[in-house]
Amino acid sequence: MDSLYILIPIAIIFIGTAVKLFFWAVNSGQYDDLETEGRRILFDDDPPDDERVEE
Amino acid sequence: MSKTSCFHCGLPVPAGSRHSVLINGTERPMCCPGCEAVAGAIVAGGLDNFYRYRDTCSERPEPAASASNAANWAAYDLPEVQKQFVREHEGGLKIAGLLVGGISCAACVWLIEKHLGRLPGVEKVSVNASSQRAQICFDPQAIQPRQLFAELAHIGYRPAPATAAESERLIRDEQRSALRRLGVAGLGTMQVMMFAIALYFGASSGIDPQLEHYLRWVSLLVATPVVLYAARPFFSAALRSLRGGQLSMDMPVSLAIGLAYAASFYATVFNTGDVYFESISMFTFFLLLGRTVEMRARHRAGLARGGLAQLLPLTATRLTGSGEESVPVAALAPGDRLLLRPGDTIPADGEVCEGESGVDESLLSGESALQQKTAGDRVFAGSVNGDSPLRIKVLAAGESTRLSAIEKLVERAQLEKPLQVALADRVAGVFVGLVLLAALGAFSFWWQVEPDRAFWVALSVLVVTCPCALSLATPAALAAATLRLQQLGLLVAGGHVLETLPRLTRVVFDKTGTLTRGEPRILRIEILREGWTPQRVKDCAAALESESNHPLARAFRAWTGKLSATGLRVHTGRGLEGVIEDVRYRLGRADFALSQPLQAPAGEGQWLLLSGEGEAIAWIALGDRLRPTAKAAVVQLAGAGLAVELLSGDQSAEVARLAARAGIDEYRSGASPEAKLARLRELQQRGERVLMVGDGLNDVPVLSGADVSVSMMSAADLAQSRADAILLRGDLAVLPRAVVLALKCRRIVRQNLAWALGYNALALPLAVCGLVPPWAAAIGMSVSSLVVVLNAMRLSRGEGQPADTPYPNPSPASGGGEFH
Repeated sequence: MDSLYILIPIAIIFIGTAVKLFFWAVNSGQYDDLETEGRRILFDDDPPDDERVEE
Repeated sequence: MSKTSCFHCGLPVPAGSRHSVLINGTERPMCCPGCEAVAGAIVAGGLDNFYRYRDTCSERPEPAASASNAANWAAYDLPEVQKQFVREHEGGLKIAGLLVGGISCAACVWLIEKHLGRLPGVEKVSVNASSQRAQICFDPQAIQPRQLFAELAHIGYRPAPATAAESERLIRDEQRSALRRLGVAGLGTMQVMMFAIALYFGASSGIDPQLEHYLRWVSLLVATPVVLYAARPFFSAALRSLRGGQLSMDMPVSLAIGLAYAASFYATVFNTGDVYFESISMFTFFLLLGRTVEMRARHRAGLARGGLAQLLPLTATRLTGSGEESVPVAALAPGDRLLLRPGDTIPADGEVCEGESGVDESLLSGESALQQKTAGDRVFAGSVNGDSPLRIKVLAAGESTRLSAIEKLVERAQLEKPLQVALADRVAGVFVGLVLLAALGAFSFWWQVEPDRAFWVALSVLVVTCPCALSLATPAALAAATLRLQQLGLLVAGGHVLETLPRLTRVVFDKTGTLTRGEPRILRIEILREGWTPQRVKDCAAALESESNHPLARAFRAWTGKLSATGLRVHTGRGLEGVIEDVRYRLGRADFALSQPLQAPAGEGQWLLLSGEGEAIAWIALGDRLRPTAKAAVVQLAGAGLAVELLSGDQSAEVARLAARAGIDEYRSGASPEAKLARLRELQQRGERVLMVGDGLNDVPVLSGADVSVSMMSAADLAQSRADAILLRGDLAVLPRAVVLALKCRRIVRQNLAWALGYNALALPLAVCGLVPPWAAAIGMSVSSLVVVLNAMRLSRGEGQPADTPYPNPSPASGGGEFH
């Protein structure tokens, strides 16, 4: 059980980092628009001319 | 009407319309030149994929020809105007904050970012679909704001400067801080639960006292930010309500969190008693979650889009001794002389000095007919000049205009709005008193029996009865019902909507734009001359109306392009004339189109006569149509025992006709905003609870004063921001469904409250007897909360199907009325 005395503080450091990361993400506006960002990846950035050839 | 729908906006394509665009290799039908132009621009930019990515239809654009002309946006280049929405950025760049109307889905964001990003001088574009805001970073050396506006209009959006940056920032900050708190509470709860489970097992099967002490310290460490940071809104709200002299639900919440934390802190430091860190954290997390969901819904609806100021133009054309100059509206003063071109929004109250024109005052009075103004007549800020230029002298600007008077009326109406005390808050007052009494009773009892345990028993009373289930009972049900309503097409912004809906006694509708589409349509054509077909009449009328700003001209928009007219002349208040294929046609009132009088056929709508070289060709009936679901909605509402009434600012006989059509017996026409509000007060004084459905600015005071108000998505922005709920797809049939859902919601709230109180009634005696250890308190609390939440989730299923084919909103417009 002695390992807990080391593992728990490490876990807490991880949480601290996670919270800090989360704050950074929120403050930099990554959660401001939840709809668009999730779908952006679905939009092709290929030149549309190639697109037309494929079809 | 044919069944094909416009590929761009999804509205039906009128028969005989011949607009189409080649998109991704296929010829697609378009309903009007506006859609055609926009779709053409999108395709020309190589952005056809927009149509594959989008999942809702686009908004029907206004005729693009004038809007996409950069010169019309020149006012936004003036430094005084730029100051309101453009800010400096590093390296000589500037950032413009724009409000972009018409964004319907993520594909719009893609389209705007691609389209603008390609312009020379545009450095970066970021668009937020939920707030409809765009931030555009540009190089002022290479591109001017006017081009940004024109390009947005070119691809079918309605750009406006985001001038209310301050309130937007507040909303954004509030949302971000809510998310941060939620994150801290969530992560904290997970960790503390982990330690707590170790402690529970330790308590039942033995644990090294040193390890137990250690785990408690760790729990304290993790729970502290949850209490001091994440739970702070509860404390400050409780303090506020205490100062206001009333007990809200925040009171028992803060008490439970605060006392349990203080006692657990004490217990940890002095290694005695019980700790409740896991209960506190979980409690905080559940409550924050409920409130965040509620807040997001509220903000989405209430992104008050700049209010009244945005109804006025930013600049006006001032006449000086030497000519014309463009000045910001804020700089106007009484005595200035202004030039108003056709289609201009009037920036200030004034008096006509020169000219004669029809002015659209529907925003102010609800009157759909154009008001004829000649020298000496008053004109009001916010109304739109119709067909001919006017010169006016400013009498009042800014705060003293009639438009501002309406806003003051709105503020007063909101103050007088019947106060709704939330059921949970009413219960809270009694509940807090009872729990405090019980805790005190338990403490004094145990003080005499076993002084050591007295404090801990009293504390367990507070924690076990911890009002988690009670305070979640209402928000959980409301959040579930709110989400469900949003799926159905009603965006709820006001917290009291769901509580008030079941208690309604009367529904009041506005006419133009609410019961009707707010857009004139051709109802009937009667041919008077051999050899003419309805199609040719339409083509001909469309050519004559092609350059008109008159509201009725919209009815013909679908057929423009086949014929073209030259020498167009507008005869204000009477009609217009032009030459097509060497024949002089006139369209308008009968006495204008023909020299000798001719009796209009009987029938609904407003009859216009088309004549060629002084001989009658055809009668055209124009009118505003009922929304397809209006009648069904009225029948269902009446079936639910509600009185239905029509209250319109319009004077014409149309009101009676539409009321009969929709099956409404009670109607009033020609009501000013003041009269509407007075009618509402009269009803409320009789003890009625009124749901008001409206869309125009003239409805705003009534909307603000009604027990529940609903505005249409296409409504004036101000009406939207002051309404409690917004009908997203213009489907009136959602209203009766909402009433049914609200009834179900009320039932579930009551079940939840009964369960929470029942649980507390059971737990309280056990706690008073000192029979509840911390682990049992935590389990009891979680289970009772879960039951409440699961019960509330039942609301998000069933009760009507969500409309899965999103229907685009018709553009706002005024209805029928006097012709030119």
